[in-house]
Amino acid sequence: MSGFWEILWTLGDKLTAHIVLAASAIALGLVVALPLAVWAARSPNVARLSLGFASLVQTIPALALLALFFPILLSLRAVFGEDLPTLGFLPALLALALYALLPILRNAVTAQVNLDPGVLEAADGVGMTGWQKLILVEAPLSAPFIMAGIRTASVWTIGAATLSTTIGQPSLGDPIFAGLQTQNWNLVLAGCFASAALALVVDALLGVIERGLAQRKRWQYGAGLGAAALGILAAVVVQFGDDWFAPERKEGELGPIIIGSKQFSESYILSELIAQRLRDAGFEVVNRTGLGSGVLHGSVAASSVDISVDYTGTVWTNELRRSDNPGRDAVFETIVEWERANTGIRVLGRLGFENAYAFAMRRDRAAELGVTSLEDIARVAPRLTVGGDPEFFERPEWISVRDTYGIEFGRTRNFSPTFMFNALRSGEADAISAYSTDGRLAADTYFLLEDPREALPSYDAMLMLSPRISQNAEVIAALEPLVGAISPEAMREANFAVDREDEAKISPKQAADRLAQTIAD
Amino acid sequence: MHAEALLQFDAAERRYGAPGAKGGEVIAVGGVSCEVARGSFVALVGASGSGKSTLLKMVNTLVEPSGGRVLFGGEDVTSLKPSALRRRVGYVFQGIGLFPHFTVGENIAIGPRLAGETLAPQRIGELLRLVELEPNMASRMPDELSGGQRQRVGVARALAGDPELLLMDEPFGALDPVTRDALGERVRELHEELGLTTIMVTHDMAEALLLADRVMVMDAGHLVADQTPASLLAGDGGDVAQSLVAVPRDQATKLAKMEKSLTPKDDA
Repeated sequence: MSGFWEILWTLGDKLTAHIVLAASAIALGLVVALPLAVWAARSPNVARLSLGFASLVQTIPALALLALFFPILLSLRAVFGEDLPTLGFLPALLALALYALLPILRNAVTAQVNLDPGVLEAADGVGMTGWQKLILVEAPLSAPFIMAGIRTASVWTIGAATLSTTIGQPSLGDPIFAGLQTQNWNLVLAGCFASAALALVVDALLGVIERGLAQRKRWQYGAGLGAAALGILAAVVVQFGDDWFAPERKEGELGPIIIGSKQFSESYILSELIAQRLRDAGFEVVNRTGLGSGVLHGSVAASSVDISVDYTGTVWTNELRRSDNPGRDAVFETIVEWERANTGIRVLGRLGFENAYAFAMRRDRAAELGVTSLEDIARVAPRLTVGGDPEFFERPEWISVRDTYGIEFGRTRNFSPTFMFNALRSGEADAISAYSTDGRLAADTYFLLEDPREALPSYDAMLMLSPRISQNAEVIAALEPLVGAISPEAMREANFAVDREDEAKISPKQAADRLAQTIAD
Repeated sequence: MHAEALLQFDAAERRYGAPGAKGGEVIAVGGVSCEVARGSFVALVGASGSGKSTLLKMVNTLVEPSGGRVLFGGEDVTSLKPSALRRRVGYVFQGIGLFPHFTVGENIAIGPRLAGETLAPQRIGELLRLVELEPNMASRMPDELSGGQRQRVGVARALAGDPELLLMDEPFGALDPVTRDALGERVRELHEELGLTTIMVTHDMAEALLLADRVMVMDAGHLVADQTPASLLAGDGGDVAQSLVAVPRDQATKLAKMEKSLTPKDDA
């Protein structure tokens, strides 16, 4: 794997995207906060309401705030038309601007309320109109305090902007999320380092401007503002320069195909695999990585993302809101029909493997107990300890297994997903909940208990096409060979190659290459 | 004396709050009627809360009358555009009120600047000289000046628009006695030189007697005395006025006695 510094050098486009996003959010925050602050300084009610609202926004976790804008924008399409983007820059901008509101607003209001009343009276006394007083006296005297607010807002925004990765906006969060999922710590570190460095540089620069304003040194704040403007301009040029010089897209042309992926290795690998196939077929492709599950399905339905890999079990519970289990094929058929009728998404087919909830055991321990299926384990369960991630024992999957087989484990323990297999290896758990394509199952040490009564819902991987490209024959021709082509073993191998932490670790892209090779063979 | 009235108060009144409201109704100025002739130097004297500052601010509408009228050159001040009115009326503040982010020169030039004019550097220098400051002070920031220098700039700013009327609200209150005395003298001289009409609010009767040619005494929102310094010293103007005159007079008497008791020693 490439080292920390090498990765850092490849983050240029993420950095510029990050700067453009954060700067736009601060600018929008300013446009809203400053007039509001002027009003609030003159009306205690407005001050109470606006500061209350801004504080309330702060209490919403940034991740949730970003995700909330997806449904909001989706519903706004009724007003602004189908071209309103629901993912990427717009929702990230709006959420971050809301986040930036509080520090700017609070400092601006405080600055104005605390202005020397003698100076304000003097402004009236020399004959200033309200507007002149605002521009000539209140604004310049409040400027250092407002600048302090902008500084706080900037550091927050640069930090929170890393989360915009989850709604499909490229940022320095991309390497962080990708690295967390594939356990590539260099990638995580590089992303964190870059965003922290950016925050520190911006903080220092704005500090220079703030002190310049406070000490009324025009050259100092002038130079600071100039440097900030140059930095943003450079980022904008790097970010959009290519687009400006690119030839205009012709009417009716398809444009880039956007492939969305969720936040785990398998999803990264599959989106790379799909991207390679489409590129080979001559399409322009954009990868939107690390999207939330619900956001991804909605985006495909809205054609903000064109292709995704989703799982029958996920769609069944989250979209169809069903909890029954009519059987693996029936579930799939029902989903295909439901998507066609309700969202316009075309389910091209199943890829050939499942990534379902399952129970894993150590091979030697299972042999010792004489256990191969969930039916067997029900007999010995009272003597055993089962491990699951903190939410597993609340999930319908577990309740279904428990009731179908009448399993009563002696002890249940919670482990974070990262340590689940460690618990199994060390014997702290006899069986654990697992995902059936988990790379660690590729090793011979572990195996999955069979589920003869189909108590666990199926999680077949499906290829989903957005309404925009659902009838595009060339796209379909390029992707159809993937249907039924990926075995659970092949997927497990690929996941393992990405998740492992020794020298043999490879990137999702390399894993996709290998997987493509396996399919071709 | 009644040459020409530049300013007329006609039952001018200022009340705060409604009679039934919490805290009750406060009468800051309760119906004052009088005239100020062009060219006169009027001192408005009274204890804290007597309404003298409020009455002064009614002239340039920093405080709007809640009853009666204030006429400036025959026109009701509330009918004039506040910004236009305030350019014709120089105003020196109790708290000095220089703009801390403007240089001395910019502070002085603010009135004309608001009217869309640029004050020439020579004129700024001239104004600084009028208040006995060096013209090169124009490029300094207010926080580099002493209190006395700042109030001199405040006076220069009030004079920059060639006002007909100069209002001063406790202009020397924050200054040390020596500076205070010198600046008071200078203002009186400027009043003569520039042919101004001046109204000065002060709580210091000695200052009023020494600088003004007419002293109006306010008490609880009403005008209780309107005399020349000479007649006040002669004992006219009623109890409130005389109790105010008594303070500097007693001080002067005591000081004179002390001096007298020192004299033999000096001679010896």
